[in-house]
Amino acid sequence: MIRDITLGQYYPADSILHRLDPRTKLSGTLAFIISVFLFHTFPGYAVATVFLAVMIKISKVPVKFIFKGLKAILMILMITVVFNMVLTPGQILWKWGFLKITREGVDLAVRMAIRLIYLVIGSSIMTLTTTPNQLTDGLEKSLRPLNKIHVPVHEISMMMSIALRFIPILLEETDKIMKAQIARGAAFENGNLIQKAKNMIPLLVPLFISAFRRANDLAMAMEARCYHGGDHRTQMKPLKYAARDRIAYCILAGYLAIGIAFRVMGI
Amino acid sequence: MSIELKNVMYTYSPGTSYEIHALKDIDLNIPDGQFIGVIGHTGSGKSTLIQHLNALIRPTSGTILYNGEDIWADKYDRKTLRSEVGLVFQYPEHQLFESDVLSDVCFGPMNQGKTREEAEAEARKALSQVGFKEKNYGKSPFELSGGQKKRVAIAGVLAMNPKILILDEPTAGLDPKGRDDILDQIAELHAARGITIILVSHSMEDIAKYVERLIVMNHGETVFDDTPKAVFSHYKELETMGLAAPQITYIMHALKEHGLDVDADATTVEEAKRSILAVLNENKSALLKAEGGCLDD
Repeated sequence: MIRDITLGQYYPADSILHRLDPRTKLSGTLAFIISVFLFHTFPGYAVATVFLAVMIKISKVPVKFIFKGLKAILMILMITVVFNMVLTPGQILWKWGFLKITREGVDLAVRMAIRLIYLVIGSSIMTLTTTPNQLTDGLEKSLRPLNKIHVPVHEISMMMSIALRFIPILLEETDKIMKAQIARGAAFENGNLIQKAKNMIPLLVPLFISAFRRANDLAMAMEARCYHGGDHRTQMKPLKYAARDRIAYCILAGYLAIGIAFRVMGI
Repeated sequence: MSIELKNVMYTYSPGTSYEIHALKDIDLNIPDGQFIGVIGHTGSGKSTLIQHLNALIRPTSGTILYNGEDIWADKYDRKTLRSEVGLVFQYPEHQLFESDVLSDVCFGPMNQGKTREEAEAEARKALSQVGFKEKNYGKSPFELSGGQKKRVAIAGVLAMNPKILILDEPTAGLDPKGRDDILDQIAELHAARGITIILVSHSMEDIAKYVERLIVMNHGETVFDDTPKAVFSHYKELETMGLAAPQITYIMHALKEHGLDVDADATTVEEAKRSILAVLNENKSALLKAEGGCLDD
């Protein structure tokens, strides 16, 4: 019932992107996000499109999966587009009552839509090619310098990986609880907002109880294996940059340079 | 009041790399009043199958008829269907949510549109039929033991007065005594209410004693659908599916192989005892006759 959320869902495949160090992919995603904001002309967007298309191609993830993530932002996208079109002052293209669509509005709306879509696709490529565990490993290592100013980097990344790990479990659990209650005649769609909220109680109570129980079990299991936080902890698979990561960084630097050049030259 | 499945297929995540064919071309007819066991290894499709029976899952292809009507027809009232085909899931934790047992059991009947008083009457009846003590009605469902939670969960569905009651692994996680208690209670329900009961399990021992019809699932297909006796005679094939016949079947077959002419189809310990005693007595009297009766008793 609630399975079509792509953000944070790994797609197993064997591609260069899958094999890259998660830190490289994190930096890459960051570079891409910056570039999307650097480009502000259509030739610039064309460059971003080519970059994105090549990434999708070499990621070996079916295009269908990549676009699935867009479903979640469809509403935001529509609202952004409509408001930008209607509320931007400028040369009027079409008018109906107090509503007017301006040339500048359409222009802005298209740019916004492109940026939003590219942001989601860009980050989806990262999450589709990186397992949640790799991702938090990458984050932990990238953020390690913050340890110096007493940011509990290891603890944060541990919490993140546990949270990510629990998402599919809790989704599955929600599905089961919903079914068990539907079998007892519960209706989750009927009624007004208050009624709907009330109808959620038979779903939420068992879900919370199970989440707490799982958290408790996990804490116990971790303690039983002598977990005591990040100090002096070594990793089973320490992250190491390979040749392909250096190449990837070079490509990223080049790509970002193009973005800056476009911006400076005003293309 | 029958359920009929025709060419039912179900595929999880079709068109992706996670595609699983959970059910393959299932044909099944479940008439009124039967006590049916569904058995299969983990992942054999038995849970998927039973969720089709009350329209919690829509088949990828094929039709399911309840009293001759297609339950996935446009205007079919699936809510009524779900109150007539009651399904109790494996984990009571998935459905208990109220602050006391009685209110929790009332949830089903009240969803059917009954008033609190009517619902309570149904709840009390159901709770007493599953052997739940009245003094515990006011307790929180979360402070009960595993066996008691299970009883409350069963009562929660039973209170809706279903005509067919499906139980998914009702004995999982219970100790042997709790297991026998629950199964005896279910058998009593079958007798008292005359409803159809479908019992899902992966343990032969559990259900051999109770059911009159046994459906064996393997890799999403129904492999056997017959009386327990007939199914257990295929005990060697059952083993290849990761299942086993009741231990007594093995003993009886071993005895037969060693030349004792017992009834190898016996499925319960009681039957086996009778058969073995009969054969032994026969042998003894034959022996007596052969030795001309000069052997002392």
